[in-house]
Amino acid sequence: MSNKNTEKIIEWLLRLSAFVTVLTTIGIIWVLLSESVSFFQEVSIIEFLTDTQWTPLYKDKHFGIMPLVSGTLLTTFIAISVALPLGLVIAIYLSEYAPKKFRKTVKPLLEILAAVPTVVYGFFALMVVTPFLQTIIPNLSGFNALSAGIVMGIMIIPFVTSFSEDALQAVPKSLKHGAFALGSTRLQTSFRVMVPAASSGIVVSVILAFSRAIGETMIVAIAAGQQPRLTANPLVPIETITTYIVQVSLGDVPHGSLEYKTIFAAGMTLFVFTFILNNISFWIRKKFREKYD
Amino acid sequence: MTNSRKNRLKDMGFEYLGVACTLFGLVVLAIFIGDILADGFSRIDWDFLKSLPSRKPEKAGIFTAWTGSLWILVFTTIIAFPLAVSAGIYLEEYGGNGRWSSLLEINISNLAGVPSIIYGLLGLEIFVRIFKMGNSVLAGAFALALLILPIIIVATREAIRTVPPSIRAASYALGATKWQTIWNHVLPASMGGIFTGVILAISRAVGETAPLIIVGALAYVPFAPSSPMDEFTVMPIQIFNWVSRPQHGFTVNAAAAIIILLLITFVMNGIAVYLRNKWQKKINW
Amino acid sequence: MKMDNHILESKSVNVYYDDMHALKNISMKVEPNSVTALIGPSGCGKSTFLRVFNRMNDYIEAFRMDGEVLMEGKNIYHKKMQVDELRKSIGMVFQKPNPFPKSIFENVAYGLKIQGIKDKEFIQNRVEKSLQQAALWDEVKSDLNKSALALSGGQQQRLCIARALAVEPRVLLMDEPTSALDPISTAKVEELINELKQNYTIVIVTHNMQQASRLSDYTAFFYMGDLIEFGKTEEIFRNPKLERTQNYITGRFG
Repeated sequence: MSNKNTEKIIEWLLRLSAFVTVLTTIGIIWVLLSESVSFFQEVSIIEFLTDTQWTPLYKDKHFGIMPLVSGTLLTTFIAISVALPLGLVIAIYLSEYAPKKFRKTVKPLLEILAAVPTVVYGFFALMVVTPFLQTIIPNLSGFNALSAGIVMGIMIIPFVTSFSEDALQAVPKSLKHGAFALGSTRLQTSFRVMVPAASSGIVVSVILAFSRAIGETMIVAIAAGQQPRLTANPLVPIETITTYIVQVSLGDVPHGSLEYKTIFAAGMTLFVFTFILNNISFWIRKKFREKYD
Repeated sequence: MTNSRKNRLKDMGFEYLGVACTLFGLVVLAIFIGDILADGFSRIDWDFLKSLPSRKPEKAGIFTAWTGSLWILVFTTIIAFPLAVSAGIYLEEYGGNGRWSSLLEINISNLAGVPSIIYGLLGLEIFVRIFKMGNSVLAGAFALALLILPIIIVATREAIRTVPPSIRAASYALGATKWQTIWNHVLPASMGGIFTGVILAISRAVGETAPLIIVGALAYVPFAPSSPMDEFTVMPIQIFNWVSRPQHGFTVNAAAAIIILLLITFVMNGIAVYLRNKWQKKINW
Repeated sequence: MKMDNHILESKSVNVYYDDMHALKNISMKVEPNSVTALIGPSGCGKSTFLRVFNRMNDYIEAFRMDGEVLMEGKNIYHKKMQVDELRKSIGMVFQKPNPFPKSIFENVAYGLKIQGIKDKEFIQNRVEKSLQQAALWDEVKSDLNKSALALSGGQQQRLCIARALAVEPRVLLMDEPTSALDPISTAKVEELINELKQNYTIVIVTHNMQQASRLSDYTAFFYMGDLIEFGKTEEIFRNPKLERTQNYITGRFG
């Protein structure tokens, strides 16, 4: 029979479970911080942030994170420049133009794009997209940021579409009707009234897509290369922060060595980026939530 | 041409653009899938499923990979399911609206946005080293469980939210305690939604590669795990390993393994969607 | 024989929402430069009828219609009729003010800009003229770049009127334009309507009978989808032909 004590115990067990999420966050921060601090006792933070070479596994060791950051940002920018226009156009089309049936059928299909494991996308980038692009761009190397970026972009389309479409649907219909009553076409209404009104939601979708692309591992590990390089050239091999971490993990790097600690310093950099982006988007969502009340 | 006519043409133009863009993504996906089917379908046979990895592509199979995935799947679920559902129940039923509660919510949102590779780093330090689990199935399962925790928590909360207050009121009015109400009424009613969330989360876990690489799932494992402390590999890692090899035979193997992996992923997602639809129809309070 | 001078006309119009017969055989003519009030209890179809004239019902999926609706003799539901053109001659003001989340200036200029008008001076003059016509100019002229959402409810509604007037339509459709406003704003808008009718034809839906009798020249009484009675306002209110009209007007129901 249940009594007050049982209820209390159960409540505490449940509370503990919820607390695990807090422990996870603390764990992540502690792990990254402690190894990074240890790393920065051997490598100066100035060098980390300013050196233009990243060669921790070579004889001549450089520990500049910028090449990895530039590789990450290059692939991310390419991904966003694919995902944003496509995602937004699709969102506007589905929200403002498409007949209900089309919308109902297509939306789950687009979600499939998000459900495919990223290692599979990596395969496609390397085996299908790169050879195809090489027929148009002859000096495209086998590993490059362009193919990986494009495929990442395709994978991210559902993110942009679904958030942006929700944002558009949340705009009060009265605004749409007001625009129509003045003689606007759907195109004019969508771009002059609906998109500006939904702008905060659309911005959030872009930030989240950006964050997702920055943290992506397998597509770039398979198709973008393992050559850290400070460049804006999408046609050559590069290395992203995530690929580097994978590269080291696959090798024989002894625990406690400086090389081992580099993956945590790199991981810390990645975490800081995505943490900031996610919280900016959270703040924007909160700030603009009461816009129409 | 008057401005009106121009505007109308632009409007129609955008409509075509919209359809084209929408179909683009789907067409590209179809091309990809067609390609791997062409590359890998012929490779799939019982031998492929039963063989161990080998240096010779014709002899290599995915036995250790899919058994490894199965072990990971089972243990991740065992760890994540009770934890996440309990956390979800706590937040929804006991949490209230205080500062502590919103902090927990913000935290979970943040965790959902952390790249999966970071969970690998977490698993490496905490489970592999500090808890001395080594590069075992258990360490991998813990890392993945933490990764998918936010997904199941959110699904649990949403499922619980659809249970109307009247059901609870009726239960309390009969003298039931809070936990009795939850256990006997709220949970059974939300099970559909919770299961859907769990299946989607597990489907995601099955496709995860990076965290397990970091935790030390090896690429060349010549045996299937026989205990949770064994070393292991999983399907995505096997695929990754084969894709990284230059020989064409391995590319074919990778394509074949991808077909199996996609099959598993799509079947699981399909079940989840089917359950969601069935459950949503059932709820007609 | 007098030339048919009616600016708007409906001929045997029936409206259906799926199986529901919302408007039954409505035939009515609207005189130019007048205010025509559509009155009747909730759900009688008056708003639906109003929207028939600028084809705003087209956005309701279940909407079907038969009969003819003419503007200056032309069938506006004809296949070749371009809806966006139609709405430049027939403007609409909604029940709840719906300014765009833009500046006051941009709201009023919107209708001009979508027509491709780029002449800055022209736009500025037209914006000023419309705001004056809407009796809002003095209140906002000091800062036209202020957000429209910062205005009070009554000001927002007058802004919506200015926005509709900026494209110089011939007809203004108003769907219970003052029902969401306080009494002072209501009085201002009513005063506005009285002045506007010199240059515009106005059709106004209202559930406020005193408003109808104050403002309108003609009144149409709707009940459960039927047009019960239509005529000059003084006659409808002083000498209604049908008992039902009489009962509604004296407040026995509705």
